[in-house]
Amino acid sequence: MSRNALIFALLVLAALSAVPWLDSGFWLALSINIAQYAVLATAWAVFSGPTRYVSLATAAFFGIGAYTVAVLGEALPWPAVLAAAGVIGVLVSLLVGFATLRLSGVYFVVFTFGLAELIRQLVTWFEVNVTRTIGRYVFLDITQAQIYWQLLGLFGLLLILGTWLRASRLGFALRVIGEDEMVARHVGIDTARAKIALFALSALFMILTGAVMAPRWTYLDPAIAFNPTTSFQVLIMALLGGVHALLGPLLGVVPMALLFEVLSANFPNHFSILLGAVFMLVVYAVPRGVIGLLARTQRRRVA
Amino acid sequence: MSAPLLRVTGLTRAFGGLVAVNALSFGVRPGEILGLLGPNGSGKTTALNLISGALAPDAGRVELEGRLVSGLPAHRIARLGIARTFQLVRPLPAMSCTENVLAGLAFGRDAAWDGEALERAEALLALVGLGGKGHLPAEVLTYVDQKRLELARALALSPRLLLLDEWLAGLNPTELRDGIALIHSLREEGRTVLMVEHVMDAVRSLCDRCVVMNAGARIAEGPPAEVLADREVIRAYLGAEDA
Repeated sequence: MSRNALIFALLVLAALSAVPWLDSGFWLALSINIAQYAVLATAWAVFSGPTRYVSLATAAFFGIGAYTVAVLGEALPWPAVLAAAGVIGVLVSLLVGFATLRLSGVYFVVFTFGLAELIRQLVTWFEVNVTRTIGRYVFLDITQAQIYWQLLGLFGLLLILGTWLRASRLGFALRVIGEDEMVARHVGIDTARAKIALFALSALFMILTGAVMAPRWTYLDPAIAFNPTTSFQVLIMALLGGVHALLGPLLGVVPMALLFEVLSANFPNHFSILLGAVFMLVVYAVPRGVIGLLARTQRRRVA
Repeated sequence: MSAPLLRVTGLTRAFGGLVAVNALSFGVRPGEILGLLGPNGSGKTTALNLISGALAPDAGRVELEGRLVSGLPAHRIARLGIARTFQLVRPLPAMSCTENVLAGLAFGRDAAWDGEALERAEALLALVGLGGKGHLPAEVLTYVDQKRLELARALALSPRLLLLDEWLAGLNPTELRDGIALIHSLREEGRTVLMVEHVMDAVRSLCDRCVVMNAGARIAEGPPAEVLADREVIRAYLGAEDA
């Protein structure tokens, strides 16, 4: 994204921060939902787009953020809670990064999926055996509008970082890795370090999103915080939008968030089946994402 | 005789029960083109993979200007000054030719980024005969141009030693002539090259010395005319009856 496009996007975000003054009910709730997925899907694409490593760890990081708030929310001031969530999450992501260095393709996918489950089971075990309470209440003095503004802030920050990254040597290194990891190593790229750095950066935004969203539930247990559906929803949104442009995922987030809203309101018992159908449709019909479709029509117009 | 730029000592690597490279030793002097020859399956590419760090050796040493490099990860070896091309050409397909060369420039020994890097990338593309094609995605290039591009990317690393793995294979006679001239021009610039090659015309006209391998081990070493007349070399290539 060019500098001008970035400034324009940030201005749009600033304008969108007016939503809570216009409506504090349905539209604010919908906006929070879209903003949440916008951060998650964009953060996902920042790592998975250039490297082509498909991660299903979104739920793990989102959950770490949310659960940290559930545990520490009342004990520490809010900025300290966010910082704690960030530190814990980044440590976990570095650990996972080192462990999965040599995995590629389907092994990486399966590992990241397993990770979310593993952390959920560990937290559950800890709560049952040590604290002897499963499920926690989150009573924090944070309004819906504040949640929304924090999400917009996160998204803006992510766009700034993403723009910087695209023009940076690290961003270029990741694209080379995505093209051919063997070649990347032979032109002097420390592929392990580049991948871990980006994985941690991407994870940090997922963690903070989870932390920011936690006060919205008032009641949290590991099954809610580490819900694997989150990983799949984020994945399909990013793929629908297109992962090779910074604003690509957003083009998938908006229609999908609206669709999920309609589906879960009208077919609550069949949501997973419909989600699966949508997933397949997206992969078959728009393999290169909405961004890819746009680029193709543009090329046709030129030709 | 000057001290070798690259010294390989007792290099060994096995895959299961198959010893692909067996106690291989040789040296490459600064400024020379050394040919690494041998019949198919004799371990030449494995030897290159061991030198470039794509594989780690089971035993033995690789030293670059006296510094031990075997056992280091490939990216460290690349930064220390060993660049390579691949037997099966590996461009970065969706990236432009310029970006392919930038990949070599951005992280190498004499790294460059931004404006200076673009200038150097253009110069390198022109050097290998791809001038003006910088904007094209690598995947639309012809086979020979992809090979040129790979060479430009390797040169972008400002290597002390260039490894060419059958860089001339699969070219038609005209392309082959141009290719030989291109490698010749590298020698004129004083570059040091270790090339695995089957094209004997190229070996004769380019190489100062050759090392011949068979079944993972060195069987001959010397000037091309000499080693190609060596009885054991002929036996390795053609069988005992023709030797």
